[in-house]
Amino acid sequence: MGFFSRKKTSKAVAKDRLKLVLIHDRVNCSTDVLEMMRADILQTISKYMDFDEGELELKVGSTRSDTSGNVVPALYANIPITNIKKPKG
Amino acid sequence: MSEVIVITSGKGGVGKTTTSANIGTGLAMLGKKVVLIDADIGLRNLDVVMGLENRIVYNLIDVIEGNCKISQGLIKDKKNPTLYLLPAAQTRDKDAVSPQQMKDLCQTLKEDYDYIIIDCPAGIEQGFKNAIAAADRAIVVTTPEVSAIRDADRIIGLLEANEIRDIRLVVNRIRYDMVKRGDMMGIDDVIEILAIDLIGIMPDDENIVISTNTGDPIVSNESTIPGKAYINMCKRITGEEVPYLDLESPTGFFGKLRTIMGMKG
Repeated sequence: MGFFSRKKTSKAVAKDRLKLVLIHDRVNCSTDVLEMMRADILQTISKYMDFDEGELELKVGSTRSDTSGNVVPALYANIPITNIKKPKG
Repeated sequence: MSEVIVITSGKGGVGKTTTSANIGTGLAMLGKKVVLIDADIGLRNLDVVMGLENRIVYNLIDVIEGNCKISQGLIKDKKNPTLYLLPAAQTRDKDAVSPQQMKDLCQTLKEDYDYIIIDCPAGIEQGFKNAIAAADRAIVVTTPEVSAIRDADRIIGLLEANEIRDIRLVVNRIRYDMVKRGDMMGIDDVIEILAIDLIGIMPDDENIVISTNTGDPIVSNESTIPGKAYINMCKRITGEEVPYLDLESPTGFFGKLRTIMGMKG
């Protein structure tokens, strides 16, 4: 890195890109994990609301971090609610 | 105790075959009885890297299909009397072997040899499955590049899914001059990302190309840095604790001069 430049080294760029791509790979590798997570999330949410199960979407993507400004992996859940259940008791 | 070790990487061209040849030769130099198996059916190369291409009569498929005895299929090394190569078939398909057949073959070889080193083909298909079927341990070879590291990560996941717990890493073709100026990931970076233990570091050295040209694995030339690094790697495979070579010292005339004059770095 030059004395005056604040540019990231190519090594740092490579490392950041790799970390991100590996999180995607690792999750995609284990679709089982995603499936189990989906089942657990559904179970929890269904206690409080009804939703359209066919339209439900759960995936790993990326987003820009609010704090650091870096691109970070994120879990996206798109759950269309059809009805809110009344609290029991 | 006898062990089957698979040398694998996922990505092609990172140095699996060279690593296999040097590990096999190095272990034999340490007095172990070794068989090297080229599991890359259809793309055989371990024979040329070992300089044994003119001695092939039978191959892995001949042995598995019973066309010859195991002892007839094994090619004795030029220099090391305890080292043998079982070459891949060049004219057959990867589906010609099954994982069970590889397990049976390795089980038989284990009776007579200390180490069975399997050179795995690139990719994650049938050839990979055959190569890892009998493995007790795995050595994953990678270079400090995004593509090789990504594939290595995938391979580590697949090895773990196949219940291979002892997985060690070789970082191949590292260039410390590039690491130093921030243009190549260093050993620490690679280990941090892949999260497995190291077993060897190999500098990018032109002597390795030269030794492949002549078919003499560089480990037999212990005066070279890669030769030393490979023999250390082999000692670590046998369970010995060997410190890593200091490869970061300045090289070349001016580097050496600076060291002599006490002007490090």
